Order: sequence, then structure tokens, then C-alpha cells
Amino acid sequence: MALFTKKYIIDADNSLSYGQASSNFKKVLKLLGIAPPIIKRTAIAMYEAEINTIIHGGGGTAQVVIEDDHIKIMFEDHGPGIADIEQAMQVGYSTASHKVREMGFGAGLGLPNIQKNVSELKIDSTPGKGTKVTIRIAL
Amino acid sequence: MKVSDLVEQLQLRIFAGQAGLGREITDGYVSDLLSDVMGNAPEGAAWITLQTHQNVLAIASLKEVAAVILVQSREPEEDSIAHSNREGIPLLGTDMESFACAGRLYMLLKTD
Repeated sequence: MALFTKKYIIDADNSLSYGQASSNFKKVLKLLGIAPPIIKRTAIAMYEAEINTIIHGGGGTAQVVIEDDHIKIMFEDHGPGIADIEQAMQVGYSTASHKVREMGFGAGLGLPNIQKNVSELKIDSTPGKGTKVTIRIAL
Repeated sequence: MKVSDLVEQLQLRIFAGQAGLGREITDGYVSDLLSDVMGNAPEGAAWITLQTHQNVLAIASLKEVAAVILVQSREPEEDSIAHSNREGIPLLGTDMESFACAGRLYMLLKTD
């Protein structure tokens, strides 16, 4: 039985409030008394994935599950998908639009940042259909 | 060094987040790339940037930086002010550009 579950809707139309799901989940982790280093890593990874869901996926959902020994977050979008995941993982590689880059996003650091902070990162993507990103952080 | 001390020393403007003026600054970071800040900014940093939109505050809050300093006389967007007040993370401003501002901050923090 999971200690906590919640499904966040990630709204791409509300471009000024990127990061709401991550902010909210960070508060949940604090309330649950999760160790601060774990909270930081989770918040960074979740924020990056949330931003990706918005700027690349056009919005989607994030399902969070806290179990005894890990935190799992599953992101799902119905955006264009990722043709070459290995390439997408490379530092500095980005397909972000000019507008997104002007805001300081899209530097090609998101996925590497996620990788650095989680125990496990899994990306399932079908071009034209969407992307599922699952991260797991051991407790 | 407290945020309020830095405000005084560098004659910074306070746009919002007054509740956080007592936060402790232990480090600094200069970047306009938000993912870079997410990945690399240390907790307790004064974050120097020219980005003025609300996402800066979302990141400042997630990373628990001590304060955000907008350079080159830039003004924050209204949503950023609201977000700063909500989180109690001071949103500050200066006419200096990043290099000068970082240099002054460095001198204050690292040469005590």
C-alpha cells in the first residue's frame, strides 16, 4: 500500500505558472518528513520533467507515488514524442523553440539534470503519439 | 551575511519578498539558464540574473536560494512580485550588470 499518491494535471496553457506540481509535491515531501537531500533531488528532477511535459509535450499529467523505499513519478504527455532518446539525453541537445529559450529554458540540460538526481530514469516514447517518463528515487 | 546586509552594502532595490530579508546568504550564483540554476546553484545563494519572469521564483523556491538579484535595472513582472511575496524570497534589483554585481558579492562573501 502506497504511503501517498496524487495525480497532477500539468497545464501547458498557463505558461507563467510552470513548476506548480513540483512546488506542491515538494511541500508534501516536507510535511511527510522526507530527508532534505532526497527532497532536493526529487524537486529538481520533477521540475525538469514538468517543464519538459509543458514545453515539449504540450501538457500532460504527473502521477506521484510514495512507497516505503522509493518515490516514483510518472509523467505522460501526448506531444510529438522523442525520435532519438539517446540524442535527447545529451547535454546541450535541445529542440526547444526560440520563445522557450528566451525564457532561459531549452538549454539541453533538463534530461541530464534528471538523470543526475534520480535512482532510475525510464523514457518510453512513440513519435507522433507522446512520451512517458518514469523516475524513481530510492529512500 | 543576511539579505538585508547585502541590500544595504550594494544599495539594492527591494521589489518584493520583504519577509525573507533575514535569510542567510552563504554563496552566490550567476546564470540566466534556468536548467543550469536547477542543476548547479547552491542552496543559500544570492542568484544574479537578468530573467524577470515568474519561473525564476519557482526555481528560487525549489532550490532554496536566499535571494534573487535582477541586474541592469530590470523590473520584475507582476507575477514574479506576487510569487516572491508568497514564498518570502526577496526579489532585489540593481543598475549594475552581472559581472560587477557578482564581483561585489564575491568580495563581501569570500573575503570576510
